[in-house]
Amino acid sequence: MANIMYWEAIQRAHDEEMARDPLVICMGEDIGVAGGTYKATKGLYEKYGPLRVMDTPISEGGFTGLGIGASFLGVRPIIEIMSVNFAWLAMDQMFNSAAKVRYMSGGQLTAPCVFRSAGGAAHQLGAQHSARMEKVFMGIAGLRVVTPSNPKQAYGLLKSAIRCDDPVFINEHELMYNMKGEVPDGEYFHPLEGSEVARSGTDVTLFGYNISVHWCLKAAEILDKQYGISAEVIDLYSLAPLDREGIKKSVSKTHRAVIAEEDEAPVGVGSEVIAIINEECFFELDAAPVRVHSALVPQPYNHTLEKAAIPDHEDVVKAVLKLFGKA
Amino acid sequence: MKIEDKKRVLREMVLHRRFEERCYQAYIERKIGGFLHLYPGQEACCNGVMEAARPGHDYVITGYRDHVHAIKCGADPKAVMAELYGKETGSSKGRGGSMHIFDGDKRFMGGYALVGGPFPLAAGIAKAIQLKGGDEIAICFLGDAANNQGVFHETLNMAALWKLPVLFVCENNLYGIGTSIERSTAVVHQHKRVAAYNIPADECDGQDIEIVYEAARKAVDHVRSGNGPYFLELMTYRYRGHSMSDSRGYRSREEEELWKQRDPIFILRDRLIKDGAMTMADFETLEKETDAYIENEVIKFSEESPEPRVEDLEKYVFADRETQLPWLTGKAA
Ligand SMILES: Cc1ncc(C[n+]2csc(CCOP(=O)(O)OP(=O)(O)O)c2C)c(N)n1
Ligand SMILES: [Mg+2]
Repeated sequence: MANIMYWEAIQRAHDEEMARDPLVICMGEDIGVAGGTYKATKGLYEKYGPLRVMDTPISEGGFTGLGIGASFLGVRPIIEIMSVNFAWLAMDQMFNSAAKVRYMSGGQLTAPCVFRSAGGAAHQLGAQHSARMEKVFMGIAGLRVVTPSNPKQAYGLLKSAIRCDDPVFINEHELMYNMKGEVPDGEYFHPLEGSEVARSGTDVTLFGYNISVHWCLKAAEILDKQYGISAEVIDLYSLAPLDREGIKKSVSKTHRAVIAEEDEAPVGVGSEVIAIINEECFFELDAAPVRVHSALVPQPYNHTLEKAAIPDHEDVVKAVLKLFGKA
Repeated sequence: MKIEDKKRVLREMVLHRRFEERCYQAYIERKIGGFLHLYPGQEACCNGVMEAARPGHDYVITGYRDHVHAIKCGADPKAVMAELYGKETGSSKGRGGSMHIFDGDKRFMGGYALVGGPFPLAAGIAKAIQLKGGDEIAICFLGDAANNQGVFHETLNMAALWKLPVLFVCENNLYGIGTSIERSTAVVHQHKRVAAYNIPADECDGQDIEIVYEAARKAVDHVRSGNGPYFLELMTYRYRGHSMSDSRGYRSREEEELWKQRDPIFILRDRLIKDGAMTMADFETLEKETDAYIENEVIKFSEESPEPRVEDLEKYVFADRETQLPWLTGKAA
């Protein structure tokens, strides 16, 4: 096990896959000569050259479509979109071309491409650089969506996404690229489907994904030490499809659920998980599930306002205490 | 073009015309649903370019007006018509419809319904060719109005920057649905818009197949020889409305008549007759044979083919699960 950073894990997955298969390429703004905004493609340009490590013009719709077109012929492009906020410009090609081509060609064409993008609110980047957009991607037929919460997942999910014949969107987080964690020394493929028990518990399930897994883990620690509440934390690293079985299993054990998301609440992971709980195990519930989410505002610049808009572990603790009638 | 080729292409163009007219009829009979965009008037464009290229070897992509392009690449007309009928035997197994004809084996990479959407896809196909080192080229057929999308410019820039083997064919039929080109576009002649990207571009008559063929030969040679992209604009006209619910109130009957006097099929037919290669009676026989083929084989096949099974509704959304298990479950060997 190596203890490496999130960005290093992503870089390693790129490197291994590009060394293995000459049809694996990567493309995006500043990923080559400059080494990548978050260093996720560092050193690849020098190693694989400009034909396979493509510094693209600032044309998100254009280069995303170009990558998708190449994938029709078996090329496996890893398309980096610098910030998820810019992905709106690429969505026509992602959704209308990549996600639908297999279906509308009756299975003849596939688009085995990977889209990677940094999402999430960082520090005071303002309304147009702070969006959380997983809700937009997770409702598209034909598109898989995964979101790594640690370096091991960042490495293993990218490896699997490159190999998978379906288009996969990988939602990363601007604040997590320097996070350290254990990554297996040998080749490792993280499942693109399912969920993970990040901490086992008996009294309440805290559902999180990407950065909110860390809020949940921290909240579980506090709940245990200060309140004697045993919280289970489920890491929903796959947002599409969501793990119905995993959700049901945990809620059937704890009978209570809190869903923590950095995204705004309407139409998102929280509402979807609650719908699944209703459909799969409603009668297991001892209390109505609760969502912890950000405020429905364009992200403010002001530091205090920004903090007020985005939830954290304390909000998760509060939600649980309320659920237990202790707040 | 050689006389034998001209005769063969005339036969194909008659098939393309009659096929489209039969679609119209089937639509009126409600055998075909959805949107239906027909090609009569523009046959010399697709045929002229593809005669200069290698159908089935070169990759072709286009918009929603796609039946003829698919057939020209080698798709079976029966499968194309069955697709319009929504049948399981259709080229996209009834999941695509008129605007989404595909034939992967024949390298017809599909019809797409978002105006301009195929531009970057075509460049991507060319990128794949470049990486793999083949002698194929990518050919992108789109209309004039598509050039007002941002991806047109984005794609031209990237194609020129990376010297991609892609030929852009603009079928300039002077209209985007009901808006004439003068009313939507600052520059009527589209090839002029390409100059800024350092891509060679040419414009020619799109009604006379021999003119199209000569211009396309130059274009295809340029691209296949590794010189990067090329843009060819063909001035043409669609006889019918944009789709089926179009009463053509935005243009005059006189204008339509003027264009019909330069019908691509009649131009070629009259030349072959003048050269003594065929007679008018031969042509009439050809039309009758074509209609009989369409009726007795194409339509019959489509009528008799089975519907897709409702149990298969979700088939083809993702790759077959069994083949993807190592990545879906993480249990790679
Ligand atoms: C992105 C998008 N916008 C609008 C439409 C509706 N639409 C379909 S075809 C068309 C006109 C396109 O004209 P042109 O590119 O000249 O092709 P033609 O139909 O003349 O062959 C429009 C506006 C669409 N399908 N996609
Ligand atoms: Mg037009």
